[in-house]
Amino acid sequence: MPMSYYLILSAAMFAIGALGVVLRRNPLVVFMSLELMFNAANLVFVAFSAYHQILDGDLFVFFVMTTAAAEVAVGLALMVAIFRAKRTIDLDEMSTLKG
Amino acid sequence: MDIGILLVYGILGLTVIVSAVGLIISRNALYSALFLVVNFVAVGLLYLALGAPFIAFAQVTVYAGSIMVLFIFVIMLLGAENLPLTEPLRGQRVLGILLVVIFLAEIVLYYLLRTTPLQSIPLIPQTFASPAEIGMLLFNRYLLPFEVTAFILLAATVGAILLSKHEGPTRPKPGIQKPETPVEG
Repeated sequence: MPMSYYLILSAAMFAIGALGVVLRRNPLVVFMSLELMFNAANLVFVAFSAYHQILDGDLFVFFVMTTAAAEVAVGLALMVAIFRAKRTIDLDEMSTLKG
Repeated sequence: MDIGILLVYGILGLTVIVSAVGLIISRNALYSALFLVVNFVAVGLLYLALGAPFIAFAQVTVYAGSIMVLFIFVIMLLGAENLPLTEPLRGQRVLGILLVVIFLAEIVLYYLLRTTPLQSIPLIPQTFASPAEIGMLLFNRYLLPFEVTAFILLAATVGAILLSKHEGPTRPKPGIQKPETPVEG
């Protein structure tokens, strides 16, 4: 398969994920869009790893996955804590630090 | 190229794109999570096609399995399926779409300005990304990042437990609490 197939697919996934982060107000959907962007980056890692026949790209995907798992765990715990304090998790309500 | 292979890749790519779009436009966060599972499985199949079976199955078990269980659990715990779709800043949506289009244009420009054209992916040998090869590389050259990742996971676990404890660290132990402080259920 040509390399551009994977590049186009990954760019589209990353753009859709960025759109979700910018447009949605539900922090859970924002988190999922972040995961989508991680996934797009991982796809390019694996594709270039196969393209150059070097295994290091696959290892980087492994590290990205574990770091994303850690990030999701902390983020969701933060969300539960914010929900306890404010009784809502709408992103626009989290404006206490706004000047 | 064979028409069957083209058909398979076309369906896979279409599944990835459609599920990603469904993720950001569905109103119910639970449907978004299910679209994300479909997306993860489709990308895992692409990893298989790229000759990375270990990454593919790690993707399905870690992402489509455990992370999505966490997501769905929190969605149901908080009852956050249907938040109101308000748009407080005028023109925020238009501005967001405009910025993403600019970003895509930059990527396309960067791709067009490459000096060396990209070829097709060469045929991948059978043992290229086998679990044995990945394990050898992981525990030799990438041993230090592996250990650092373990510490990151440990810190995340401790942080998640600390953040989601009910009273925080100042909660009195049941044995030594004073009688005048009421205990909340």
